[in-house]
Amino acid sequence: MAPIVIIFYFLAAITLATAFLTIYSRNPIHSAIYLVLCFFSIAGHYLLFNAQFLALVHIIVYSGAIMVLFLFTIMLMNLNKEDEVHKPRITRIGALIVFLIMSIVFITIFINSKTIMTGYDTSGEDFQSIKVLGKILLNEYMFPFEFISILLLVAMIGTVLLTKKEKNNE
Amino acid sequence: MSNILNQIGIENYIFLSVLLFCIGVFGVLYRRNAIIVFMSIEIMLNAVNLLFVAFSTYHQDAEGQVFVFFSMAVAAAEVAVGLAILVSVYRNLGSIDIDNLKNLKG
Repeated sequence: MAPIVIIFYFLAAITLATAFLTIYSRNPIHSAIYLVLCFFSIAGHYLLFNAQFLALVHIIVYSGAIMVLFLFTIMLMNLNKEDEVHKPRITRIGALIVFLIMSIVFITIFINSKTIMTGYDTSGEDFQSIKVLGKILLNEYMFPFEFISILLLVAMIGTVLLTKKEKNNE
Repeated sequence: MSNILNQIGIENYIFLSVLLFCIGVFGVLYRRNAIIVFMSIEIMLNAVNLLFVAFSTYHQDAEGQVFVFFSMAVAAAEVAVGLAILVSVYRNLGSIDIDNLKNLKG
């Protein structure tokens, strides 16, 4: 086996195991730490694809910003203890059955489907460096790019409004 | 620059993404803690992003990666607003157990 295949299986095992442990562990802080590990292994997958800019943005946005937000919320609500009650047994068994059926159906579909393209195209032309991505982002996707900034501004204002304490006028 | 998919194959990435997505669905159905439900939604979004990048390499086209940028920005906005809603739910109810949120049930 080529070393790159071994790296892929190693990263995939880390991704799946930490994603499962995120859901399984009782303490929300542990879940957050496992989720950070999961995000880092996904950034490793992006690096395997040679998509450097995407890997960096993924680490900055997900492992940096979103996880800090999660951890702050957990600390703010004082949730770092294991006092969660389980769902009723029937719901948990139902969730497990849904998980099994969904994965079996999807994997069977994708095993039996045929790809349209035969073989992999290696044109050798550069398509995912920062230079090319920046040109595409600011030429063809100019309007979505600007609207994203409006979306982030609206999200910021909405967050401030939602978490502000209401004045109780009695 | 050799194509990575020659050695690994697109099928393996499809199976990885499908399993990751199903784990996310399992987490949404299994847990009661609303923060863990949010984390499961993030896992599902990441599974889809991974598949986007895999197919962008498969077709040697950068547009899949541009789409992943937009989906990351939307995910960041979604998490900020969702956690703000959770904070105000916690202020009103004193817990974020999603089984307590059944006021609309009648």
